[in-house]
Amino acid sequence: MWVYEKKLQYPVKVSSCNPQLAKFLVEQYGGADGELAAALRYLNQRYTIPDKVVGLLNDIGTEEFAHLEMIAAMIYKLTKDATPDQLKQAGLADHYVNHGEALFYSNAAEVPFTATYIQAKGDPIADLYEDIAAEEKARATYQWIIDMSDDVDLNDSLRFLREREIVHSQRFREAVEILKEERDRKKVF
Amino acid sequence: MPKTLPKEYYSMLEEIQAIDFAITELNLYLDTHPEDQDAYKQLTELSEEKKKLLKPFEQKFGSIRADGIDDHWTWSKAPWPWQV
Amino acid sequence: MAKNQVYTKSYHPYHSPDDPCPDPGEKHYSTPPHLYMGFQPEKLPQFSPKEALQKGTLWPALYDPYEKNQKLKG
Repeated sequence: MWVYEKKLQYPVKVSSCNPQLAKFLVEQYGGADGELAAALRYLNQRYTIPDKVVGLLNDIGTEEFAHLEMIAAMIYKLTKDATPDQLKQAGLADHYVNHGEALFYSNAAEVPFTATYIQAKGDPIADLYEDIAAEEKARATYQWIIDMSDDVDLNDSLRFLREREIVHSQRFREAVEILKEERDRKKVF
Repeated sequence: MPKTLPKEYYSMLEEIQAIDFAITELNLYLDTHPEDQDAYKQLTELSEEKKKLLKPFEQKFGSIRADGIDDHWTWSKAPWPWQV
Repeated sequence: MAKNQVYTKSYHPYHSPDDPCPDPGEKHYSTPPHLYMGFQPEKLPQFSPKEALQKGTLWPALYDPYEKNQKLKG
C-alpha cells in the first residue's frame, strides 16, 4: 500500500507563462524514459528479484511517483491559465482538441504511453542494467529540457530531478554489486 | 476560492521538505548499506525532527496526511500541492 | 565549478568545408560522479538537509551541477 503526503518532494515554481515548455515536459510525464515508466518499471520488477534488493526497487519506484507529481505540477502551472490561442501557438492545438486542459500520458510528440516502454525480463542482472540505462536516459532528457528552457525557476526544479537520476543510478549499480556478492571485496565497477 | 497562502507556508513547508529529503536519501542509502548503524541512527533522529516540524505546520495549514491529528477534518481542503 | 570540469568530457567532430553551419568547436558530454564512485563508502561528508534539498543529493561526492547548454559550452 501507499500513504500520500500532501506536499511535493521539491518546490515547483514556474516564472514564465510559456505553455511551450509544457509540451517539452510531457516527455518526462508519459514518455519512454519518463517518470511514469520509471515508477511502473521498478515496482513491477520487485516480484522477481532477490529479496536483498527488493527494498531498493520499492523505494526508488515510490520516489518516481513523487517526481511524476512534480512534472504534473509544472505542466499544470504552465497550461491552466493559457488561452486556446496561446496553446495553439505552443504547438498544443492537437492536444487541446482531444484533451482540453487535461494532462495526458504521452511523450512530447503526443505518442500515447505504452507498456512496451517497460521491459520485464525476470533476470535480475538484465533488469537492473535496464534500470541503470533508464536513469541515464532520464538524466539526459532533463539536460535537453533545461537546454530548451529559459525559465530559471523551472530549471531549478529540473536540476533537482536530474540529480535524482544520478543518485538512483548509483544505487542500482550498488544493487548489481550486491547480487554479484562482490560487495565486500570493494571492487571498482 | 481559498485565500492566498502566507509566505510562512512556503518557509515552513520547505523545512519539512528538507528533512524529508534527507530521510529519503538515507532510506535509499540504507537499502544498499543495511549495516551502516550511523546512517540508521541519523535516519531515526531525522524522523523525530520531522514529527516536531509537522505539528505546528499542520495546526496552521491543515493535515499533510489523512491520518494527521487535528481538531477537525482539514486534509481534503484545497489548495493541493500542485496548486500552491 | 572547477570540480565540474572533471565530470564533463569533450570531443571535436570532423568539420567538412562543405558543412552548412559554422563549426561550433568542441562538443561536451556528462560523465557524472557516480560513474567513478564504486560502492559508496560509509561516512562520506554530507550537505545540511536544506542544502541537500537544494542540490538534489545528501552527499557532495554525488553532486553534479548541470549548466544550460553544457553540451556546447562545457
